Amino acid sequence: MEIKDKIISLLPDAVITEGQYLTATIPSDKLHESVKRLRYDEETWFDYLMSLTGYDDGANLGVVYYLSSSRFPQNVLVVKTFTSEREDAQLFSISDIYETANLNEREVFGLMGIRFINHPDMRKLFLRNEWVGFPLRKDYNADPAINPINIESNPESDVLTKLTFTHEGVVESEEKIFEDDEYVVNIGPQHPATHGVLHFRVSLNGEIVKKIDLNCGYIHRGIEKLAESMTYPQILHMTDRLDYLSAHINRHALCMCIENALQLEVPPRAQYIRTMMDELTRVASHLLGWACMCMDMGALTAFIYGMRDREIILDMFEETCGGRLITNYNVIGGVMADLHPNFLQRVRDFIPYMRKMLKEYHQVFTGNVIARERMLGIGLLSKEEAISYGVTGPSGRASGFRCDVRKVAPYAAYDKVKFNEVVREEGDTYARYVIRLDEIVESLNILEQLIETIPDGEIAAKTKAIIRLPEGDFYSRVEAARGEFGVYISSKGDKTPYRVKFRSPSMTLVGVVDKLTRGEKIADLIAIGGSLDYVVPDIDR
Amino acid sequence: MEVKNIYIKGIKHEEFNDNEYLENMVQELRAGGVDIMTGALDDLINWGRSNSVWPLTFATSCCGIEFMSVGAARHDFARFGFEVTRSSPRQADVIIVAGTIVHKMAPILKRLYDQMAEPKYIIAMGSCAISGGPFCNSYHVVNDINEVVPVDVYIPGCPPRPEALLYGMMQLQRKIKLENFLRKAKEKK
Amino acid sequence: MFDFAVVTQWIDEGLRSSMPEFAALAIEFVLAGVVILTAYAVIALALIYVERKICAFFQCRIGPNRVGKYGIIQSIADMVKMLIKEIIPINHIDKFLFFLAPFIVVLASLLSFGAIPFAKGLHAIDFNVGILYMLAVSSLGVLGILLAGWSSNNKFSMIGAMRSGAQMISYELSIGMSLLTMVVFAGTMQLSTIVEKQADTWFIFSGHIPAFIAFVIYLIAGHAETNRGPFDLPEAESELTAGYHTEYSGIQFGFFYLAEYLNMFIVSAIATTVFLGGWMPFHIPGWEGFNEVMDYIPSILWFFGKIGVVVFLGLWVRWTFPRLRIDQLLRLEWKYLLPLNMINLLIMVLIVLFGWHF
Repeated sequence: MEIKDKIISLLPDAVITEGQYLTATIPSDKLHESVKRLRYDEETWFDYLMSLTGYDDGANLGVVYYLSSSRFPQNVLVVKTFTSEREDAQLFSISDIYETANLNEREVFGLMGIRFINHPDMRKLFLRNEWVGFPLRKDYNADPAINPINIESNPESDVLTKLTFTHEGVVESEEKIFEDDEYVVNIGPQHPATHGVLHFRVSLNGEIVKKIDLNCGYIHRGIEKLAESMTYPQILHMTDRLDYLSAHINRHALCMCIENALQLEVPPRAQYIRTMMDELTRVASHLLGWACMCMDMGALTAFIYGMRDREIILDMFEETCGGRLITNYNVIGGVMADLHPNFLQRVRDFIPYMRKMLKEYHQVFTGNVIARERMLGIGLLSKEEAISYGVTGPSGRASGFRCDVRKVAPYAAYDKVKFNEVVREEGDTYARYVIRLDEIVESLNILEQLIETIPDGEIAAKTKAIIRLPEGDFYSRVEAARGEFGVYISSKGDKTPYRVKFRSPSMTLVGVVDKLTRGEKIADLIAIGGSLDYVVPDIDR
Repeated sequence: MEVKNIYIKGIKHEEFNDNEYLENMVQELRAGGVDIMTGALDDLINWGRSNSVWPLTFATSCCGIEFMSVGAARHDFARFGFEVTRSSPRQADVIIVAGTIVHKMAPILKRLYDQMAEPKYIIAMGSCAISGGPFCNSYHVVNDINEVVPVDVYIPGCPPRPEALLYGMMQLQRKIKLENFLRKAKEKK
Repeated sequence: MFDFAVVTQWIDEGLRSSMPEFAALAIEFVLAGVVILTAYAVIALALIYVERKICAFFQCRIGPNRVGKYGIIQSIADMVKMLIKEIIPINHIDKFLFFLAPFIVVLASLLSFGAIPFAKGLHAIDFNVGILYMLAVSSLGVLGILLAGWSSNNKFSMIGAMRSGAQMISYELSIGMSLLTMVVFAGTMQLSTIVEKQADTWFIFSGHIPAFIAFVIYLIAGHAETNRGPFDLPEAESELTAGYHTEYSGIQFGFFYLAEYLNMFIVSAIATTVFLGGWMPFHIPGWEGFNEVMDYIPSILWFFGKIGVVVFLGLWVRWTFPRLRIDQLLRLEWKYLLPLNMINLLIMVLIVLFGWHF
């Protein structure tokens, strides 16, 4: 890319290699200043941290950063750093440059054991505090006797540790999360409105929220570790269950990553079918998001209406793919079976029906004065904050961040259709709510263009019986219903991957809840959570 | 009352799959003989209990969405009387464990179960709750929630179809109809 | 029209003639109490069933239909289950207040239930300050809710109870004022006299504009009182996991559940009595033939029919609108409804003074 020379000039201490993207390996003590230069230089402006992954290559522990820019979205840079200390691995944190690194670095600590210096809140993210060992390390002892099932409840810790870099070296200190006289309420894990099992500790001042402390991991299934012992076709099974409302799209991302690594050409008919299924999934997911948001705010009839229309899409899925929610349709090289003969006619009937129903939705809920009072002006997220927190998808676009992967890095059949990227500037709950309904309109337009032009041909390319990826790092990204979903595979040439990481869109969404809700009321917390529309198994993987 | 008298509207007795299990259960329960008066009162109470099973709003992952679909307009579990989903465990009758239970969630599930009022039931929905499902080799997943709470009905599937969930709930209704409510209460004293 | 006073006189004479006075009175009191309690329970169960069915029809689904034909005895199954559920003994609570709270809530609604004129001659308590009595007694319900939230020793319940307390005390004012508007129009506070004065036309027609405004305000405030509809924040299921009655199980929870539906019934009953004529059929002054036909329908059917319409309105609003936040709720009352009420009262006074009514 054009700015390659500029990057090389900004990173004098780095070792530059070529791969899928330009990769710079920087020693750990120079990381912070190098990344800061990359972030603030006017020609590069890498202000969007796409993905932060911890890795263990046997000898060293390290972190891989994928950086991109909101001004020049085609530029992607990979930055790597490592440390050879395994007992008490420490690296410098970049959470002051990118807010999204906050939760991601806590995850790396919990699963990989690397602590980050100058991070504001260095606690483990997913596992219980008394967990022995770090699961994603290669020398982890998975004996169930070491970590048995404990049915005694463990109270959450009230203190957080910080590592600060002073002139005496690294100093460890502890801080209280909440003061002693604060009124702290637990919302979750079993709660009707948290879209899954998420635990918020909310400090209240009457009705006003002062601070929210997030506690996740209640559905952490260890998918990334499981994937390291599965062959590539077996990992496909896992992706449907991450963010189950965009099941197709997630699986599409993983298939794309593997196909790009293998340089496998997917037949055009399969590309069209994949795109159509993606758009139908997007409509179904937005319908459910709308329905759940209305239910959280008290309009239960709207919930039933959204689910009723979603059932029509699920019927279409069931005829062709066999499953309603977990569809198991994409395979490496194409799709599993051809479209059912009824499929095209059903889509043709569905499009005008859905357009009519959207008018009804706007009448029932959007125009209602109570709903508007609850949504307008609540939970403002500015564009800079959205980029810094990594908020993509409809929530990011509602703040003005043009991040649609279908436009930035088109894949499948998206370059063959015309559609608008729906963007709003206000960044409040109402904008996030309405943008989903507008995106359904755009998806219907895409479907209309696609059903007329599907080419005939094969539905899957031939692959070998045992799939081995060449050595190297591969990353692919798609626009899931919640945001940018990325798949990172690091392969050493075996039939199982060495490291798999799923860049989760919902984790960035939940990371921004604390920022948005401070100063609002508890009822607004529910409305904000509903408008962000995160899915918890996607956060916890 | 013999097993063949359980009446579930719309499905004949022969079409259910677990009739042998219920026969064995009945024989165990009736081992000491049954009193006619308490038998009739038991029937009335069991009728009331089985037709008004209120689930707790509990869902961890994908099966939760299918649970919500069963409550929606197309497959409507309100027809059975189940739609009053309470969010407080003290007022709920059954926990439908929909989704994977991981090590961190197990104490919460146990606590919820302990907070419920007798008589209480558990339905394990989906293969994750029955045996760990696709994640059975993971370091953080509980394989079989029977280690944490006692399960009454298992519903296999990944996720089970809504009709499968309704069938599972009807099985729970049959199991409730057979219980010796008053006799258990007398024996406890 | 059939007058229930015939039946009650007959029972009274029968009892007095066969036993001393105090025994006859004692038996009558017990009989009245039993009838009221039974009516209370039956109406609450019927309302629960009606709500579930109507909610289902709004939501394009069927609702209970397996327990008995059309699911009619679903509520009885619910009641049986509720009766045999275990009442969990909780340790760290204020036991006396915890036990007392559901009884206060039921007591408040029972006391107001007794004062409603159901049909001609079927009126248990007929004070000459009937409306004042109703207002006073329905305020007792707040106490029960606050006690429930406080004694549960649970942060969520506290929040729910505080919200509910603020809400109910605020909306008492609106209810009082809108009923006061109609008292000005009617000239009396006695409920049976109010109903009889509507023999020619119902008050909502004869009092035209201010009566209609008062009716709308009364319905809004009444539903806010009973924590229903868009005002159900204290027990907002999707926010606070059942709010002030989180810790109750078994029949104690059953009391809260019943009292909620019955409060809705009482609000509708008072609205019907004061605005829509109570058990009085629909008469148009001057059309004698029409009035004769209207009189054939028994008064108790008129009463329940009107209540049915008002309850349907309440359910319709409840299942359509989202929930109001607590500050929006209070702002609605103090900044909008209260000034509107005061102006309305003034208009009504002017109308009565100058005789600008039908």
